[in-house]
Amino acid sequence: MRFGSLYRLTVTVLPMSGEVAVIEFESVSKTYPGHAAAVAEFSLVVPSHRSVVLVGSSGSGKSTLLRTVNRMVEPTSGRVLIDGEDVRERDPVALRRSIGYVLQHGGLLPHRSVLDNIATVPVLNGIAKREARTAASELLERVGLDPKLGRRYPGQLSGGQQQRVGVARALAADPEILLMDEPFGAVDPIMRRDLQEELLRLQAELHKTILFVTHDVDEAFLLGDEVVVLREGGVIAQRGTPAEILGAPADDFVRDFVGADRAERELSIMDIDGRAVAVDGSGRPVGVLAP
Amino acid sequence: MNWLTLNWPQVIELTRDHLLLSAPAIVLSVLLAVPIGRLAHRRPRLGGAVLGAAGLLYAIPALPLLIIIPVLFGIPLRSPATMIIALTVYGLALLVRTAADAFGSVDPRVREAAVAVGHSPLGVFWRVDLPLAVPVLLAGVRVVAVSTVSLVTIGALIGVPSLGTLLTDGFQRGIPAEVATGVIATMALALLFDALLIAAGRALTPWTAKRRERLLPRAETT
Ligand SMILES: Nc1ncnc2c1ncn2[C@@H]1O[C@H](COP(=O)(O)OP(=O)(O)OP(=O)(O)O)[C@@H](O)[C@H]1O
Ligand SMILES: [Mg+2]
Repeated sequence: MRFGSLYRLTVTVLPMSGEVAVIEFESVSKTYPGHAAAVAEFSLVVPSHRSVVLVGSSGSGKSTLLRTVNRMVEPTSGRVLIDGEDVRERDPVALRRSIGYVLQHGGLLPHRSVLDNIATVPVLNGIAKREARTAASELLERVGLDPKLGRRYPGQLSGGQQQRVGVARALAADPEILLMDEPFGAVDPIMRRDLQEELLRLQAELHKTILFVTHDVDEAFLLGDEVVVLREGGVIAQRGTPAEILGAPADDFVRDFVGADRAERELSIMDIDGRAVAVDGSGRPVGVLAP
Repeated sequence: MNWLTLNWPQVIELTRDHLLLSAPAIVLSVLLAVPIGRLAHRRPRLGGAVLGAAGLLYAIPALPLLIIIPVLFGIPLRSPATMIIALTVYGLALLVRTAADAFGSVDPRVREAAVAVGHSPLGVFWRVDLPLAVPVLLAGVRVVAVSTVSLVTIGALIGVPSLGTLLTDGFQRGIPAEVATGVIATMALALLFDALLIAAGRALTPWTAKRRERLLPRAETT
């Protein structure tokens, strides 16, 4: 929806080799030994160069699903395909290096400098350290950080800075696919907003295939071309564009979860001095309609 | 002190012998304890048995050990090799458990993150587990180093020269200055090893807290 025009542009530019970074879940189930099913019969296609957001409450199986893509979790049954190829056919190390992964808890290496953290995958892939660090320094700027921070260790950065470094690390090997597991979970709302805007800006430039996980509905609606609402046990409650889900919640669970009835979502228009002002259910102004 | 002015070439030679016995034993202890400790950490069941056995090694009295080793390895009794093997046995006894603890001190989430971004199992060991285990490991190595340097002196009992020779010889001939020299030189050597290890630890773990305070202002001004 948001990057519709960019999306079309990319598709025409890409060669028809089939390498377009489509992720497909085919009836994926995962049961951890001694637990109820964390994910049951989950099927989904993440289209090329779009962002799909999995949103659900804690324990609904979001991380589990994300981690089946890079084989950090092996499904109990079902398959995950990337561009038609079962990920189980891929060497796990090579697979993981080909996918950018932003971890729920940062996951930076505490004993490596920020630059070396960002350069991790390029260096593992055999790129010369100096070259990789130069590129890492540029990436640091790209995610909105001062390149001077590159020589620090992760422990010397704030939570928000660490999250940005995590994003930079995921981008370093220029992967077609990004997996982002609540990448902005650990920061305050203002910083969070900043990071979200930055991701949108980056995505407009880079158009990766993004599978993004969050429990924040507003974040899902902001970042997702498509949103998948999960219930307990990794069951899809509804999938669609943010507008579709907000406009026509499939059931009471979704209506409740996305807060479709919340006062701040119920907008009405008031005419004030000839300008159309949108106000929410409690009468608070939220914006002015463009003329 | 008169004794020392006359005998310093001998003291230097014995110090060299002492070094050549203790340094290889310390290095061997580390090289063996790290993989054993890692195994014990990775396989806790087997690890429990290994750690128990390793701990028991320390209970073997020194003299019988020095007699058994030549028989087991087919080497002469009065050889540096006998001493180095015996010292390594004691070093292992002290270090294996610490090595297992050192790997246990590595945050499993960091290890998992390393795997998730594409480290191979060997890459995780060399680039993540080992460097992060250094602080705990080093504390153990310091104990082993000091203990080894002091244990070397018992080699004098089977006729392997070291600073311990000054002790046996000094006692037999009743030269207090010789005994004192032996004790002080041994302790000095132990302190030297310890200082070197502390310096090595600082160099190997620049991310730890102390250095942080010094790094921060510098990072700000560059
Ligand atoms: N390694 C594991 N062993 C056993 N159970 C697990 C494991 N990992 C996850 N689970 C369980 O599977 C379910 C789904 O977990 P998952 O981490 O995928 O949820 P999530 O949606 O990411 O939650 P959160 O928002 O809290 O991160 C939970 O009930 C969790 O307890
Ligand atoms: Mg999670």
